[in-house]
Amino acid sequence: MLTQRQVRLAWLLVLPTLLVVVLVAGYPLAQVFYWSFFRADIAFVEPPEFVGFKNYLYLLQDPDFRQALWNTVKFTVVSVSLETLLGLAIALIIHSNFKGRGLVRTAILIPWAIPTVVSAKMWQWMLHDVYGIINILGVKLGILSQKVAFLARPELVLPAIIAVDVWKTTPFMALLLLAGLQLIPEELYEAASIDGANRWQQFWAITLPLLTPALVVALIFRTLDALRVFDVIFVMSGVNPATRTLAVYNRQTLIDFQDLGYGSAISVAILLLIFLFVVVYMRTLGREALR
Amino acid sequence: MRAFLRMGNRLLFYLLVVFVVVYSVFPFYWAVISSFKPSDALFASNPSLLPLPFTLDHYRNVFIQANFGRNLLNSLMVAGGATLLSLTLGVLAAYALGRLPFPPKNAVLYLVLAMTMFPQIAVLGGLFMLLRQAGLFNTHLGLILSYLLFTLPFTVWVLVGYFKGLPRELEEAAYVDGATPLQTLVRIMLPLTGPGLVTTGLLAFIAAWNEYLFALTFTVGDKVKTVPPAIASFGGATPFEIPWGSIMAASVVVTVPLVVLVLIFQQRIVAGLTAGAVKG
Repeated sequence: MLTQRQVRLAWLLVLPTLLVVVLVAGYPLAQVFYWSFFRADIAFVEPPEFVGFKNYLYLLQDPDFRQALWNTVKFTVVSVSLETLLGLAIALIIHSNFKGRGLVRTAILIPWAIPTVVSAKMWQWMLHDVYGIINILGVKLGILSQKVAFLARPELVLPAIIAVDVWKTTPFMALLLLAGLQLIPEELYEAASIDGANRWQQFWAITLPLLTPALVVALIFRTLDALRVFDVIFVMSGVNPATRTLAVYNRQTLIDFQDLGYGSAISVAILLLIFLFVVVYMRTLGREALR
Repeated sequence: MRAFLRMGNRLLFYLLVVFVVVYSVFPFYWAVISSFKPSDALFASNPSLLPLPFTLDHYRNVFIQANFGRNLLNSLMVAGGATLLSLTLGVLAAYALGRLPFPPKNAVLYLVLAMTMFPQIAVLGGLFMLLRQAGLFNTHLGLILSYLLFTLPFTVWVLVGYFKGLPRELEEAAYVDGATPLQTLVRIMLPLTGPGLVTTGLLAFIAAWNEYLFALTFTVGDKVKTVPPAIASFGGATPFEIPWGSIMAASVVVTVPLVVLVLIFQQRIVAGLTAGAVKG
């Protein structure tokens, strides 16, 4: 009796959340799928026309889409790799015992707390081709032979943006990995020391294997974020083809070109890509982590 | 020799520590310094690392010439509204999912988890049309509702963890005393999840405060526009003149409250962030 009433109450309590999910995710998503089979503009100036898979066929041969996909992959692979290595290094530093570790932990929270748009603007100013501090110091210290237009040269703009993303998101990685490090029992290291294992051996034999679950989770989170990157790219270089990622191209198609049909097809492609990635990651790394 | 080597190691280690701190803090420091420098000092070929000479002109500009006060107010309303709504709905759902018998519990939890990984861009077109059809385009409510897409699943997911962590006996004692489940939630469970609510609310607020894509796409003009799109589109008197001083001043104004919050709630934020992720 009590249980039945509780079940009813539970439904009542979950219902508002489910309604919101349907409203802001389910319904818009259904719309996106639906319109991806039409030729339509987003303001419906002209009557929509059913075109079957035409949008998807166009997607397969659209050089702009291919370029955006390639940019997204480059951005994701390079930024996530750098963030993982750097995050691991910072986590190991904070995890070792020394005076002032609290200060370091506080310091790395600052990039995390700064809005992405703000961090993009801050770096845009620091990377300014004439007055940017990076160019001025770089030339003065002899690292750069002359001032460089980081955000104007097509071959440098994506690396520069990746550097900004790495600065902003490495702290998140470091904090997740630090939490993982703190779960490793201290006794293991003591036992290893007694057995004569040096720091390096301890790292490979104890730290890395036991950190794998945390590493996998952090990798999944960061990769998902990187695959849908929009803010840092759009603020620093707009719709520049050299950096335009899938999300940027998708918004440009939908909003700037008002192309609801093709834009929706791109949205579906992004969803599929992310879904594919989740499945592959869970299959390969996830199983390892669960072992 | 050995002691010498150890000292060298120690030195190297501290150099690394200094590097990490400078790397993390310097860009923000530079933004603060730049925001206090008059324009001619900003564009000096040999800029000072201190805000000398000192001026408040950029701050004056931001608030008087630009509509930045309005943008700040919008950000507060939208991020605050999304946070409060997410917490209210999230607490109810999380209590049911974490504490009550609820047959489709796992299905709902998976749905919530899937939504935390959901790319915002994939529903941009659908939401855009929905807001326009409902007359909510360029309104605070419209933006708040769209923000629930990422604040609500996150809130539910983390709060379920908090509710599950509370001991069974508390609830049973309340039931024995004749309390209904709803009374138990409000009188017993809610006060105990206080710290969890603060952390979750803070993280939801920060996420909404920093959001850019929806704010850029679902607003027109300054009536509803929040700070991120406003800062991104700050222009000068001419298209060729970028007001770096004002941009930095605006950046400092929106970031300082966040940095202060983060410094105060450091421990909790770190705990909440890692709880949200590690349980995923």
